[in-house]
Amino acid sequence: MVVWSEQERSIINSIFSSLDYNDAGPKALSRCLIVYPWTQRYFASFGNLYNAEAIKSNPNVQAHGIKVLHGLDRAVKNMDNIKATYAELSVLHSEKLHVDPDNFKLLADCLTIVIAAKMGSAFTPEVQAAFQKFLAVVVSALGKQYH
Amino acid sequence: MSLSAKDKDVVKAFWAKVAPKADDIGQDALSRMLVVYPQTKTYFAHWKDLSPGSAPVKKHGATVMGGVADAVGKIDDLTAGLLDLSELHAFTLRVDPANFKILAHNILVVFATKYPNDFTPEVHMAVDKFLAALARALAEKYR
Repeated sequence: MVVWSEQERSIINSIFSSLDYNDAGPKALSRCLIVYPWTQRYFASFGNLYNAEAIKSNPNVQAHGIKVLHGLDRAVKNMDNIKATYAELSVLHSEKLHVDPDNFKLLADCLTIVIAAKMGSAFTPEVQAAFQKFLAVVVSALGKQYH
Repeated sequence: MSLSAKDKDVVKAFWAKVAPKADDIGQDALSRMLVVYPQTKTYFAHWKDLSPGSAPVKKHGATVMGGVADAVGKIDDLTAGLLDLSELHAFTLRVDPANFKILAHNILVVFATKYPNDFTPEVHMAVDKFLAALARALAEKYR
């Protein structure tokens, strides 16, 4: 069972309540597709992903980035039971989407970079630790139903 | 995933921008590593103070970034250029190479916090590749 301190809960809630999903979502997903180009394999239907500029301005990438980021909302609201909260989503990613779970960590790392860039010096080591712990739990839960 | 000519140019240009703050970046990255990945503290049990910004962390952060600066200068042949450092890490320090990835990640986080507009996805990719190549060169002599 994951144990969260009051400080960690407060940090996570603070980050998400002040988050501009329409900005951070597209930034995180496009960064992932650019920095780890093999992740593009899951988005063959998205159209032009030929270079960084195309990826950044691709409306499908933008929309999907927002969708994925909002997917984290349920984890924020259910921090004490993320594993159960994401059981269905895990099955979806495994059975229907066939996403290699290693990719979850890549996207998580890109989201960390986007949040770090947004918060600057406010992204202290303590805040980074809490945020990365949260993402690690999410990543683990998303991979839990793979078999 | 070797470095293309473009990757090297991007890395050198970005490094030129951030080099003036290299010591600060090193100290910040190391501090984050010790807090976010507490298992890395096992390599520094001989330090009196492992808290962010402490004297040993400051000093070592500068040392590490000195190594990175050196690597940027030897970017055309990292394996040959970092031979001595590789021997040091392999035979004396014996740092598990998995930790190179951890420190690299924290260096990237510091770049993002300090240079949000310059650390674009394109720069991020090139620097990530460079730090991975650096880590490979550092691990060359391990076995």
